[in-house]
Amino acid sequence: MKTSEALAEQPGPALQDFNYLNADYGIRSWLFTVDHKRIAILYLVVITMMFAVGGIFATMIRLELLTPKGDLVDADTYNKLFTMHGIVMVFFFLIPSIPATLGNFLIPLMVGARDLAFPRINLLSWYIYMIGALFGVYAIFAGGVDTGWTFYTPYSTSASQTQVIPTVFAAFVVGFSSILTGLNFIVTTHKMRAPGLTWFRLPLFVWAIYATSLIQMLATPVLAITLVLLLLERGLHIGIFDPKLGGDPVLFQHMFWFYSHPAVYIMVLPGMGVISEMVTCFSRNRIFGYKFICFSSLGIAVIGFLVWGHHLFVSGQSVYAGMLFSLLSYLVAIPSAIKVFNWTATLYKGRVSWQTPMLYVLGFIGLFTIGGLTGLFLAAIGLDVHLTDTYFVIAHFHYIMVGGTIMAYLGGLHFWWPKITGRLYPEFWAKIAAVIVFLGFNLTFFPQFLLGYMGMPRRYHEYPPEFQVLNVLSTAGASILAVGYMLPMIYLMWSMRYGPRASANPWNATGLEWQVPSPPPTYNFDEVPVVTEEPYAYDKPERRVA
Amino acid sequence: MPDESHAVAPHHAHQFESAEQQLETARLGMWAFLVTEVLFFGGLFTAYTVYRMLYPHAFTEASHHLDYIIGAFNTAVLISSSMTMALAVHAAQIGHRRRIVIFLALTILLGSVFLGVKAYEYHEKFVHHLVPGPNFRFEDPNARGAQLFFSLYFAMTGMHAVHMIIGICMLSTLLVMAARGRFSPQYNTPVELAGLYWHFVDIVWIYLFPLLYLIRGS
Repeated sequence: MKTSEALAEQPGPALQDFNYLNADYGIRSWLFTVDHKRIAILYLVVITMMFAVGGIFATMIRLELLTPKGDLVDADTYNKLFTMHGIVMVFFFLIPSIPATLGNFLIPLMVGARDLAFPRINLLSWYIYMIGALFGVYAIFAGGVDTGWTFYTPYSTSASQTQVIPTVFAAFVVGFSSILTGLNFIVTTHKMRAPGLTWFRLPLFVWAIYATSLIQMLATPVLAITLVLLLLERGLHIGIFDPKLGGDPVLFQHMFWFYSHPAVYIMVLPGMGVISEMVTCFSRNRIFGYKFICFSSLGIAVIGFLVWGHHLFVSGQSVYAGMLFSLLSYLVAIPSAIKVFNWTATLYKGRVSWQTPMLYVLGFIGLFTIGGLTGLFLAAIGLDVHLTDTYFVIAHFHYIMVGGTIMAYLGGLHFWWPKITGRLYPEFWAKIAAVIVFLGFNLTFFPQFLLGYMGMPRRYHEYPPEFQVLNVLSTAGASILAVGYMLPMIYLMWSMRYGPRASANPWNATGLEWQVPSPPPTYNFDEVPVVTEEPYAYDKPERRVA
Repeated sequence: MPDESHAVAPHHAHQFESAEQQLETARLGMWAFLVTEVLFFGGLFTAYTVYRMLYPHAFTEASHHLDYIIGAFNTAVLISSSMTMALAVHAAQIGHRRRIVIFLALTILLGSVFLGVKAYEYHEKFVHHLVPGPNFRFEDPNARGAQLFFSLYFAMTGMHAVHMIIGICMLSTLLVMAARGRFSPQYNTPVELAGLYWHFVDIVWIYLFPLLYLIRGS
């Protein structure tokens, strides 16, 4: 750390040759860095590993479901597989995914700052994540956990014989990493903006991350205390949620979903921010309805706090509460639809080009729309009673989480890859991968809508033979999807060494991050930039061409 | 977290433009952190509210097993510690080294008295079989609700005590820094922020005391 600071603080012309990647070498220079860009890379590495772990569980689930009989794994093992798939993907991949990698890398650059407000807290949050991840991995190797990722009581506190305590503790710990990241972004957006960078000149990615951070700050502590109470009940056998001891298990569900529904928006809002950046750049067009997109992000964050009860329609919640939660859940569709309409309106009369990030944008818009509209099915109480705990629900949230968030994440990685690494990725392979991901995704999850509608329940390793055709299609799609995820891992790593060098602004894009060299120097800006124009002036003549 | 590079001079870390921006940023960060703390304790208050509505009689019964005189004494101790904390912050702002040290030491002392009394109370509950779990004894038809009351009592006061312990550790670090003359009218942010945290933890107790000790019917 000392050496890296000494190097970076040396004044004079030599500084120009240094970027954040070559400013210092060695494992210590990474593990003790406080540079937001290096911390973003640290996150990128570990969440990619966690994505692979979650992917292995998904693979085994799909293989088991290839045949109606439970022939690959037994029921108990299957319970552990879907539980650990959920926990790893939700807590260790999706929640940190875009904020901790692209957000960490881009927020200071986009607001014209040399770093986040609290660089050491940023590093601390990575270490907290790692501690949580170690507990999670320990729990996996110690035999796994079978409660479902929702840890419902009283099964989790008294009946389950699996590694509940280390797993819940892992989720508890990793929550603090999320809280600190959100806090850092909020304070940075308020206090670190460059001169002239008013709130309505901020890139929409910053707005989306800001809204996300609000949720991280306000919802995650509630999950933390809920998990503490769960641990107390399981560890010390004191009654809190267990009905045998007078407790109310539905209270656990309320408290859990008070976090975990807003957490859905922690996962998807950053993706929407990424899409807003890319759709305007590759349409060479001003974003349509900038302020509407700003406020729809905040609107989703606020309404997202008021809809958790739609997870409890069949849990013994009062029917009047259910009606209210149903109505409020419909309201989320309004800001979501505003975004979709604004993105499509941005395409209109734009000069649309078909580079890889744009393919992900178009994929996102289509898949998110399907995921969102099927959400309305589930918000309707009567229909939800039929669809609860079926594959319809699985398909719905995978359209949002995978079709939405991961498409945006991959698109964003491609879009900012030249900035992050200073190298261009191979466009041909990237386009092929984007198409494979889109096709594989739909083949995996569209049949699950049909299965769920026909009544196939989730969380069983066996099913009646009449569901086999659709399950085989789904498993086939999953293998295509796996290829689609492998390809970027290979060619992106290849490009770090062999890709052509990228200029500062290979897309001719607006935004402060494109005005610094690729890769940026350690402190980002030699001089504090002064912002004088709106964020997406793509209608200026010099911006009309890519 | 205090910064090694902050000497007496009002200099600022690399990401800021000025010491003033740094101070404002640190303040906002602390307030934002306290907001997350409100939500954290909010979960406990929610659980308390729900169970109080489910078992109103049991909660009243169980509350009689808490000694409100001890509770009131501890409340007085904690409010006094908030005063000494405020005086420590003031001393830091005018850069009076000796007073910072004295008032921080007093705050730590009062905080420790609070925890000591709390430990005595916990011990009493243990002796009288009022700790939830297999050894819980409560001769009353409302035993189940009373056990929930004590589960929440230990969870809420326990979480509060954990925050007190973290606060005392923080203040002890500041005490050493203050004794070494690290704070001045130009630079005293860590004392100010620790003060905010300390007052927050006090306020939590101001809510816990009536909820657990005082709402007891007759």
